Amino acid sequence: MMTQKQSDGAGTSRPALSGPEGGALSHQRPRGPLWRTARPFRAVLVGSVGAGALAALVWTAATGFVEPYVALAFCLVIAVGELARITLPGSREVAPIASAGAISYAFLLTLGAGPLHHSAWQVVAVVALGVALGELPHVAVGRSPRVEDAVRRVLAATVLAVAFRPLAEQLGLVGPSVTATLLMAALVLLTWFADSLVAAVLRAERLRTRLMVAVRDELRAQFATGAAIGSSGVLIALACTVTGLAGLLVFTAPLLVSQAAFRRHAEVRRTYLETVRALSRVTEVGGYVENGHSRRVSQLSHGIACELGLAEAELLELEYAALMHDIGQLSLREPIAGGATVLASPREQRRIAELGSAIIRETGVLDNVAETVRRQCEPLAGDGDEGVPPLGSRIIKVANAFDDLVGENGDAERRAAVLERLRMDTDSEYDPRVVDALASVLARV
Amino acid sequence: MRALPQGARVYVGIIVVSAVAIVLIGPYSGIDLQTLVLVAILFVVAESISTAVLKGVRAGISPSSAVSLAAVVLVGPVGAAVVGFASCLTIRRMDLVKRAFNGAQFALAAYAAGHVYLLLGGTVGEPGREDFPAVVLPYVAAVLTHSLVNSVLIGTLMWALGVVRPGSRSRLHWRPLVAVELSSMGYQMLGLAIAAVWGGVGLVAPLLVLLPLFIARWTFAQQLDEARAHEATLATLCQAVETKDYYTRGHCMRVAEGAAMIARELGMPAERVQKIRYAGMLHDIGKLGVPTKVLQKTGKLTDDEYAAIKLHPTRGYEIVREISFLDEALAGIRHHHERLDGRGYPMGLVGMEIPESARIISVADVFDCLTSTRSYRQAWSAEDAIAELRACAGTQFDPRMVEALVRAVEREGWETPDIAEPPGGCYTEADPTNRTCPGSVDTAAGDEAPAPAPVPEPEEEAADTAAPADAVTGGSER
Repeated sequence: MMTQKQSDGAGTSRPALSGPEGGALSHQRPRGPLWRTARPFRAVLVGSVGAGALAALVWTAATGFVEPYVALAFCLVIAVGELARITLPGSREVAPIASAGAISYAFLLTLGAGPLHHSAWQVVAVVALGVALGELPHVAVGRSPRVEDAVRRVLAATVLAVAFRPLAEQLGLVGPSVTATLLMAALVLLTWFADSLVAAVLRAERLRTRLMVAVRDELRAQFATGAAIGSSGVLIALACTVTGLAGLLVFTAPLLVSQAAFRRHAEVRRTYLETVRALSRVTEVGGYVENGHSRRVSQLSHGIACELGLAEAELLELEYAALMHDIGQLSLREPIAGGATVLASPREQRRIAELGSAIIRETGVLDNVAETVRRQCEPLAGDGDEGVPPLGSRIIKVANAFDDLVGENGDAERRAAVLERLRMDTDSEYDPRVVDALASVLARV
Repeated sequence: MRALPQGARVYVGIIVVSAVAIVLIGPYSGIDLQTLVLVAILFVVAESISTAVLKGVRAGISPSSAVSLAAVVLVGPVGAAVVGFASCLTIRRMDLVKRAFNGAQFALAAYAAGHVYLLLGGTVGEPGREDFPAVVLPYVAAVLTHSLVNSVLIGTLMWALGVVRPGSRSRLHWRPLVAVELSSMGYQMLGLAIAAVWGGVGLVAPLLVLLPLFIARWTFAQQLDEARAHEATLATLCQAVETKDYYTRGHCMRVAEGAAMIARELGMPAERVQKIRYAGMLHDIGKLGVPTKVLQKTGKLTDDEYAAIKLHPTRGYEIVREISFLDEALAGIRHHHERLDGRGYPMGLVGMEIPESARIISVADVFDCLTSTRSYRQAWSAEDAIAELRACAGTQFDPRMVEALVRAVEREGWETPDIAEPPGGCYTEADPTNRTCPGSVDTAAGDEAPAPAPVPEPEEEAADTAAPADAVTGGSER
């Protein structure tokens, strides 16, 4: 039994499933005609900003670029920054240098030799051109950008330029002063907030999660990058009034350091996730569970959790817990028949959960994950006097039971039957809210 | 710091006295007092924040040194020395001697930087439009001087304290240090930005400059935490797999250490060392795919069973290949049972066809195995194990790796495991009698190894004779 299980367990290689944070759900191509997209907000945003940028470009080209060398310099910096864009955890794409360059061009009042007169529309044109130029090499090698993120960068620069340039003219700002700085800082703050809101709407639309949760996630995630980009943008704008265009190069340096730090951080996060994903397969290779079980449970859990409005940090912990929920089986004497824990005796299920939790707790850094895994098989009311198990445990319980019963290649009919069976147990075993969420996740697939 | 060595005490004394002398003697003519006081306060505040926020980031100079460099431009060498000395007022828990030395060190570095700056034609005061870009060159020189003096002062202190000895060991760790120095210098370039916008916006300037720096450092700290968490998780999971596999506990961690020692000894960059370390940790994870009864079998192995065992490096590779950062180290997992003479598995690669990481892991694997106690034999001493590795160098192992391991072990020592405790508790159903392998591989000593030493990798021989199955799995049990 076991030998046979292993030969089909490890021998066949499966296509790499990209997990939730890798954006499996983000690559759903809209089926049918373009106007019937699954993500209308994104379509509207991309369309309108694209059209606006194009209009600004045509208009500026027609009326002529004011101070073309300055425009060219900033355009190049933005293009380089765009070229060096990075992807942060949660598949957020940022281009700190491009954004800071765009902000400083919107805020630039003078380069020392008299005031600059470029209009807000020229700013939009230059930024859009820079972003497009910087993306070209990426597209050429097949790494197309997250269009909505690039569009958000152009949009932020547009908002800043349209708000600041007329205002600066009215207030008669010509060089660095405390008023100018405060105005810039306030505008950057407002724009950062608005931009996070837009990002949140996009995220909620993409992951099918709740808007308020997405807003909180985005504000938290964008805080560090936003502060670094905003302050650098203002600094460059101010410093260039003293140093001339040389300042543009010199003062991008700190951002370069920040960008490197962000990039490293994102890499470490990605590696961590990849490691846990890969190692969650040891139970499959060892013949304890069916092929791909951990990942399917993890993806189902992610969908359910989004539906129920879990925050990003909780999503990550849930993903770890879901990936490792069967790790306790490594300590079993004999693999459970077919690996389906849902069919094992409650006592045995508990033992697996506890062994797995003990292993995870050993790491010293994943205590919440360990707790989620420990309580994953408790009934709805919980065991003993510990009360209701955490939401993560309830989600994993449902996702695990569903996958165990449906198996790798369950058809629609089988899925429906299994869902019905889970529903019948909602008064004692499974959380009805979680089962409902599972139903809506399945309805979308 | 109570028990400072005599030399260190004299050294700290000299540094502090000379810094105090500079600050006292001046001259203070032509320094704007208000600017001086503001910059000094700013520096103290920035230092305090940086030590409070950036706990755990040990490497490198804190971002606040940008302020110290700004002082060079704004208030000249003496002013900068005062600002630097002010750092001993930083709010943090630190004893007096350390505080004084830190202040003095900053003061001297800033003073030297200030003189270099003046020497190359920099002007003191808020730089105006006409100063750019001429001021950049002297400023860069000042930054270099600042870093250099700082490093020399600290390095000398470390030497006086006996923390580092100039020797081969420190040579191996210069790369990360250079990276840290470079990024610090990137930060310090910003002092010029602070100085440039000081005239227009005053105290707001440093806020704009320091914010991204603090964020960068904070991200860096988080990243360190995350990396530690990653390491802990990886280690735990490896051990969990290991326990199930009736290994002596800790084999994977010791192989990881051994592989890292060899890689370091070969002068590989830190990042690559880390990858090889992880690969060492994961090298036997594919054993999980080998049926337990085959691993435990004491009698003669059938061809099928032997084939199952030969699969474990490939299985391991399949499990971890999606961990993309490991890249070339993945090959180390896949090929750690290859032999230089081409008689290894899974692919029978010959000589330098075997990836470097695999040659490293293979040596570390066998070395740990020989030096740990098995139920059927005592642990070998490190000397015996080294002799054995040397004997097999060229046929089984890459001599370069063997010699690197020997050098590293001679210098750093090797932590042999405690007495092998039988994997106990609920984790195992292993009947210890199953694992006793009387006579073991000594009987299977093959052609290339002169008696009495057993051959560490007796796959084929073992398969032919009635050697225990444990031995056949390579790596560990033989």
